[in-house]
Amino acid sequence: MSEPVIVDARRLLCPLPVIRLQQAVKKAPKGSLIRVLATDPGVQNDIPAWCRVHQLQVVRLEQIDREWVVEVQA
Amino acid sequence: MLAAKVVMEQGVHVEGINFFTGFCVEGHTHAIRKHDQKKQKRNNALWVAEQLGIPLHIIDIVDEYKDVLLNPKHGYGQHLNPCLDCKIFMVRKAQEWCTENGFDFIITGEVIGQRPKSQRAATMPIIARESTAEDRLLRPLCAHHLMPSLPEREGWVDRNKLYGITGRSRKPQVELAQQFGFEEWAQPAGGCCFLTNEQYASKLTDLWQSRGHRDYELDDIIMLKVGRHLRPRPHFKLIIAREEGEANFLEGYRNQFASLQPQSHMGALALIDGVLKDDSDIELAARIAGRYSQGRDGDSVTYEFTQPGQPIKLVSAKPISEKEIEATWYV
Repeated sequence: MSEPVIVDARRLLCPLPVIRLQQAVKKAPKGSLIRVLATDPGVQNDIPAWCRVHQLQVVRLEQIDREWVVEVQA
Repeated sequence: MLAAKVVMEQGVHVEGINFFTGFCVEGHTHAIRKHDQKKQKRNNALWVAEQLGIPLHIIDIVDEYKDVLLNPKHGYGQHLNPCLDCKIFMVRKAQEWCTENGFDFIITGEVIGQRPKSQRAATMPIIARESTAEDRLLRPLCAHHLMPSLPEREGWVDRNKLYGITGRSRKPQVELAQQFGFEEWAQPAGGCCFLTNEQYASKLTDLWQSRGHRDYELDDIIMLKVGRHLRPRPHFKLIIAREEGEANFLEGYRNQFASLQPQSHMGALALIDGVLKDDSDIELAARIAGRYSQGRDGDSVTYEFTQPGQPIKLVSAKPISEKEIEATWYV
């Protein structure tokens, strides 16, 4: 399996992490795995909501210390 | 939400666009302040898209928006809100998006008379013309008071199924929302933009005055949403965290700004925006920061003083008394 596309959205506040994810999805080949790294807890709600309206799947949402890791299947 | 729903009810495929200017109220402040973090957080635009079951495209217009704010052709509202220019700009961006993505027309929720600056009978044709959307701009909620747009003339939407709402009252919209079965709706326009906020506008004006030119970066406008701002001298101001969430957020900027972190007592982190010219400036900054520490009534508070690229120093100062803080220092 190919390496995930990393979107470093640390220190960005929502909706910027969602915008960065959106840009990555647009560029990535279908089926790619996109990993968003974020520090704004708002991503816990906003990224899954954005994925739902675009019919994409969140395959991982995990808090590690003060950071969040969200993986999306493009 | 309502305007989109009215058109969707006619079988038209609709997608949402949300523009991010950097001045949006929701999100940032909630994310920063610790007590706000307990509230349920949601992005209203995403929430609306979910209610409607449509895709939402969030577009970053931070850089392009500068010209709208700094040079509004139609001027400002009560504070620094360039509402009419903002509306024109967003409709123009939406029109560009439609062209790039193969969409035929734009829907907005505008209502004649709803807003004193941007939603008046006189401004409706200005927005359509200056945005270049022209008759591809459909306002389903007040369409009966306007000339038929292209989608109406072409029969893409049935004009008879559009509305003739006018005025500031939201009662007709509430009734329409209830007809559609919506039990909840997002906050109306106006309250969602920091540029309509008097205190925020005052901080932004102060930023421009202190720098001698009107410009900003995204970090600047985010920082104005955070902390207590005091400008004791024209060449520097202090940004003092009001609670733990703000302190954590400001902590991330310590490599860009000079800062004072109390060591001898519990207290707030203070960032210094500007230039500390000499030891008397450092002492004044430390004395003010001490006012917001648990040592405020004592003889001395010691701080870790850092400046980007320079070694850390310890400085001690007697906290300033409440009487000595001049009212004009509060930005």
